[in-house]
Amino acid sequence: MIVSQLKPLQEILGYLNGERSVFIVGCKGCAEVCHTGDEAQVLDMKQKLEQEGKAVTGYCVIDFLCDKALVKMRLMAHQSEIQAADSLLVMTCGIGVQAVAAVVNKLVHPAANTINMGGSRGEWRGAERCRECGDCVLDMTAGICPLTACTKGLLNGPCGGAKDGRCEVEPEVRECGWHLIYERLNKLGRLDKMTGRPVLKDYRKMMPPKELRSTLMWALEQQETKV
Amino acid sequence: MTLREKLGSGKFVVTAEVGPAKGVDTHEFLENVELLKNRVDAINCTDQQSAVMRLGSLAGCYLIRQKGGEPIFQMTCRDRNRIALQSDLLNAYVFGIENVLCLTGDFVTLGDHPDAKPVFDLDSVSLLYAAKQLEQGKDLAGKDLTGAPRFFLGACVTPGAEPLEPQLLKMERKVKAGAKFFQTQAVYEPKKFETFMKEARKFGVPVLVGIVLLRSAAMARFMNKNVAGIHVPDELIAEMDRAENKLQKGVEIAARLIREMKDMCQGVHIMAIGLESKVPAILDAAGL
Repeated sequence: MIVSQLKPLQEILGYLNGERSVFIVGCKGCAEVCHTGDEAQVLDMKQKLEQEGKAVTGYCVIDFLCDKALVKMRLMAHQSEIQAADSLLVMTCGIGVQAVAAVVNKLVHPAANTINMGGSRGEWRGAERCRECGDCVLDMTAGICPLTACTKGLLNGPCGGAKDGRCEVEPEVRECGWHLIYERLNKLGRLDKMTGRPVLKDYRKMMPPKELRSTLMWALEQQETKV
Repeated sequence: MTLREKLGSGKFVVTAEVGPAKGVDTHEFLENVELLKNRVDAINCTDQQSAVMRLGSLAGCYLIRQKGGEPIFQMTCRDRNRIALQSDLLNAYVFGIENVLCLTGDFVTLGDHPDAKPVFDLDSVSLLYAAKQLEQGKDLAGKDLTGAPRFFLGACVTPGAEPLEPQLLKMERKVKAGAKFFQTQAVYEPKKFETFMKEARKFGVPVLVGIVLLRSAAMARFMNKNVAGIHVPDELIAEMDRAENKLQKGVEIAARLIREMKDMCQGVHIMAIGLESKVPAILDAAGL
């Protein structure tokens, strides 16, 4: 199971700064067990955002947000609500956020931090897409994780080592993650996100909290007893 | 005059890089420093260039300083975390080293210790930010320093990158983080550099165009194939191919490139990669 934890509301509101409307996406997979993306959490978030003056154009809760094909199909039914929103708030792990970002032509914001994946890659298995850093940065990179997509895991933009959009380290198998981020931000008209304040990572958050330090099954059981 | 003062005065500045030995024999390194110190305005010392382990940049800069040269301390983020990087910035300052070129660094697998742990705790932008914090008497944890250092911070940019825009965005981020001068990746196409400078001028920071001395057509082809952001045009490769004295041709091309680009920017940075003895000849031929 992929363990995630909701970000503080203030952080989420920071992402939505300057935006008026949002579409919320929840997840019935691991995020339901962790209470970061089940229907109750989604409705609670909707209410909180509305109290803060944001218009919620709609929401949907999908079985497994990490299943990109399923996400694309299910979001199709909400096309007009998504079109009406400035951005999407995705209430699940880093993989789910990236799957949503890959199928919509809108900026996505993560609502949760991914704490521990217990060796799981979710249902989108083609590559490592989340490093369980515990402090999700997908908001600033249009939903492409720089820790896994960039060989060096750079947080402040591309190095000089990309050629034709490929990483110089293993060009045959690796695209330049920051080239992908640049292309998507450019398409979304949000290149301003590439010139912001320097970003430093808090590596303490990379270690799962004490109660989740054990195995996947242990974490799952602990969560289940709380349900 | 320091590099800061020279660039501030609007003088066209010349810098060149030297690489420390793999080992402790500093004989050749010191010879190169002797040769360059009165011929260029500042000497860069590379930091484990191409991720190859060797004598360090800090020691190299200390030696340059001892010999009366003006060192530029190249720092990469590949091998040290934020504790060691900040400490080395302080170390540099107490050794009288003010100029720091903040780089991210090549990935470990490109070097001679491919099994090493890549660090990248910081990157070029956050290293600039860290240095600025130290100047303000604070470290990255917000703790007070006893005595604050003062730096002249530089960074790198690749004018030949395609697309160029991501490089410009990163350049902007570096300027905002504290970069006061730029030394570029090698440029062989003055037209492309002109396009780059048209955009880069808005940042209001001096740019020193990078020149890598060509020693053969094979070297040019190798760089085209393997080095991101460097493109040696076919005409130059053909010129190298035809030349009888390859090195002399390389010097001639380097000087020509400098003459063609010197009015577009504020200085030149020469990377001779082991042929530092040729730098004076390049400068003579370029009329500098």
